[in-house]
Amino acid sequence: MSGETPLWEVFIRPRNGLSHKHVGSLHAADEVLALQAARDVYTRRGEGVSIWVVPSAAITASDPDQAAENFEPAADKIYRHPTFYDIPDDVGHM
Amino acid sequence: MAMQAAVLELADDHLILGHRLSEWCGHAPMLEEDLALPNMALDLIGTARALYDYAARLEGKGRSEDDLAFLRVEREYRNLLLCERPNGDFAQTMLRQLYFAAFMEPYWQAATGSSDEVIRGVAGKAVKEMAYHIRHAGEWVIRLGDGTDESAAKMRAAVEELHRFTGEMFEESDASAALEGMLPRRADLRAAWDRVIGMVFSEALLEVPEVRFPQTGGRQGLHGEQLGHLLAEMQYLQRAYPGATW
Repeated sequence: MSGETPLWEVFIRPRNGLSHKHVGSLHAADEVLALQAARDVYTRRGEGVSIWVVPSAAITASDPDQAAENFEPAADKIYRHPTFYDIPDDVGHM
Repeated sequence: MAMQAAVLELADDHLILGHRLSEWCGHAPMLEEDLALPNMALDLIGTARALYDYAARLEGKGRSEDDLAFLRVEREYRNLLLCERPNGDFAQTMLRQLYFAAFMEPYWQAATGSSDEVIRGVAGKAVKEMAYHIRHAGEWVIRLGDGTDESAAKMRAAVEELHRFTGEMFEESDASAALEGMLPRRADLRAAWDRVIGMVFSEALLEVPEVRFPQTGGRQGLHGEQLGHLLAEMQYLQRAYPGATW
């Protein structure tokens, strides 16, 4: 049965104020059953307050073969990290 | 003792149907339902535990919730015949769940106004669980009924098989009839049940059949042979290893 039903990606918001986070995927015939299945599969231990389901086919992913040209150029640009500032003690923990 | 007997009827409904659902664990048609069915089973068994515990306290003879759940004989169980019906196929299981949840959701809703504090507490939690069971089972009944030729035929067969057991839900037992204000009157829930079933059936392209021979007897301890098989499996551990815990 799973072979004939579409795949969905599941996102859960753990609590108000946080963003939805990808938690996994599942098979379901349509969006209503996908939401129900997500509730049953991924929120059994009180993991969340809100669920999104997205058809996996609707996601456009970056090509792993392009990982080097996509991500490696950022590796030597350490000046983009905000680590060169002296933070006054009064600011406290950021 | 009317209250104790009536609470026991409710507890038996939940335990027996919960056990039936748990039989799907590891056998459901897809992984997602393999988690969903035991989830729903655990909702029912959780409610059963609270009710058995209360029934044991009302009885006051030193019996525990486990004694009531596992150490009675078949004729002492007072569950609805609907709850003990075998799982059959997935269509039958979903329809049985819809029938029961569509009865219990308005039941617990009404019971939130009970004069009995324990019943109010159980009702507040169970009413949300039953609302979800209606949704889960209802969506499946709609998709199977309005699905392929094969799924529609199986759904119609499920209605044919199970509808005759639904009338029993609305019958007052000797015990429950005397409890005005403590437990809802079962006959009063008929309209709410008819409304939910009517909505689901119209989307599922199913017809409410005319029942010529309604099946009742569970409340008097008169069960089908299937309950004995269920009890044999469910009670085995406590019978073989009395007092076993984990």
